[in-house]
Amino acid sequence: MSKAHVYKRDHINTDEIIPARYLNTDAEAELATHCLEDLDVNFVKKVRPGDVVVAGDDFGCGSSREHAVWAIRGAKVQTVIARSFARIFYRNAIDCGFYLIESAEAVNKITDGDEVEIDYDAGVIHDKTNGRKIKFQPLPDFALEIIAAGGLLNKIAAELKG
Amino acid sequence: MGMTITEKIFARASGHRKVTPGQLVDANIDVVMCHDVTTPPAISMLVERGIDRVFDPEKIVVTPDHFQPPKDVKSAELHKRLDAWAKQHKIKYYYKLGRAGVCHALLPEQGHIRPGEVIVGGDSHTCTYGALAAFSTGIGSTDLAASIATGRLWFRVPASMKFVLNGSLRSGVYSKDVILTVIARIGTDGALYKAMEFVGPALAKMSMEARMTITNMAIEAGAKNGIIGFDDVTKAYLDGRLKGKQDYTAVASDDDADYAAVEEFDCSAIEPMVALPHLPSGGVAIGNCAGMAMDQAYIGSCTNGRIEDLRIAAGVLKGKEVKIRTLVVPATPVIWKQAADEGLFDVFYDAGCVISAPTCGACLGGFMGVLAAGEKCISTTNRNFVGRMGSPKSEVYLASPATVAASAVEGRLADPRKHL
Repeated sequence: MSKAHVYKRDHINTDEIIPARYLNTDAEAELATHCLEDLDVNFVKKVRPGDVVVAGDDFGCGSSREHAVWAIRGAKVQTVIARSFARIFYRNAIDCGFYLIESAEAVNKITDGDEVEIDYDAGVIHDKTNGRKIKFQPLPDFALEIIAAGGLLNKIAAELKG
Repeated sequence: MGMTITEKIFARASGHRKVTPGQLVDANIDVVMCHDVTTPPAISMLVERGIDRVFDPEKIVVTPDHFQPPKDVKSAELHKRLDAWAKQHKIKYYYKLGRAGVCHALLPEQGHIRPGEVIVGGDSHTCTYGALAAFSTGIGSTDLAASIATGRLWFRVPASMKFVLNGSLRSGVYSKDVILTVIARIGTDGALYKAMEFVGPALAKMSMEARMTITNMAIEAGAKNGIIGFDDVTKAYLDGRLKGKQDYTAVASDDDADYAAVEEFDCSAIEPMVALPHLPSGGVAIGNCAGMAMDQAYIGSCTNGRIEDLRIAAGVLKGKEVKIRTLVVPATPVIWKQAADEGLFDVFYDAGCVISAPTCGACLGGFMGVLAAGEKCISTTNRNFVGRMGSPKSEVYLASPATVAASAVEGRLADPRKHL
């Protein structure tokens, strides 16, 4: 069962997702214990594997630290659904093979605590709590290729080893 | 239809005659910037996949800067991993020990940025180098690893927005006030995914250092890059400075290039600005916030830690004493030495400031001046997000070196024009 953790604020930035005071490590499991700490200090206690984070515009703005994606992935969050994403965060997520969903409708219709099920191929979020099926635009093909390869570096490693 | 500077650089780097916004290109990278926080994980990714290689040891520039010198055991481990890798791969331009400095001040200063080139760095403020008519952008560790190993990276060509800086700046107003005004108007995602191109008579009169303050903060409007066309100021800055390859392509936008938007600013009307917490877009004129008590003043960073910034701050602080904890952090060793030689350290010492070695330090809440809960800091840096300089309950106010120095003297937000 995947639960939605909804933070409707815009501009949730990388300093809130993973504060710089924890950037003295790149260990994903350790970063995960501080995921979203400066936004919601209780997030890591509440989140369960497969849950989703829902946010407003410009999610992930600020630093280029991929640690922000790792902290979220390390906390076993399935995906982030936002009205829009900041550029470097969006790119880092794709490069890491981590799927992001851009959907204003989903952000409007999903309530904190709702149970959701996502069909990535069809581009449908099923909010089982309110019964709505919300369509979203799946990622473009080049991004799906990177994600299917398990991330940009796996794709490059395969090409280099030819 | 002509091309913008950014489009021309991408066309050249990807082997196309013409590119258009939205097009996906595979571009050759000319310089890769590496520092102590995002590079060690990139190295580990390459090692884990059996592709621990560098595409060209002369095109990768390395400097530890975020936690420089290491602030604790864990950051010392990051430095150790960076150091071992740089030596193993015989990185030619590795600035370490007493030569390490804040990357975005260091690379242009040391002659690693050439007009017309593509530069990527594992840091969001890599967009600074666009002041030299180059395309430069910040990337994460995976892109950094890909760039290090292959010298190539995928990009979506950004649409460009033009920012016309008209008029001329009044006394006590600086390029920092201009970029805070721009971001206050368009917002922190006002240029999302786009190139911010700066032009106009006010810009033409700015020094290269002042221009770098502007392009440095392009990311604070969500932009992919900030860029300024090549002119006499660019040429004068580059003469005798470049390391390695001496030739470069002076790029300018075509007259009939297409822009997603054009924003005009009358710089003669701009006041000293302060960006209030907790977004860089929170800029207001000093008249609307003067008098608010501060606990710390911070003069430094890749935004405003260069020699001109220190001179401006010293001009305000000369013969006065600060009322709050005030940190002066020259961005590079060369700037540090120059400030010492010019007698600026005497001014800062006499005023009661703490003078630090070059580091990113407290700008990102690392060390050397982090804030306690409830504390307020007036800072020349680029971000005032929640918790940016320490406690999530602290507050950061962004301003020019003159405004920060004036506020240090008064212990509260102050108009620098009273102190010039």
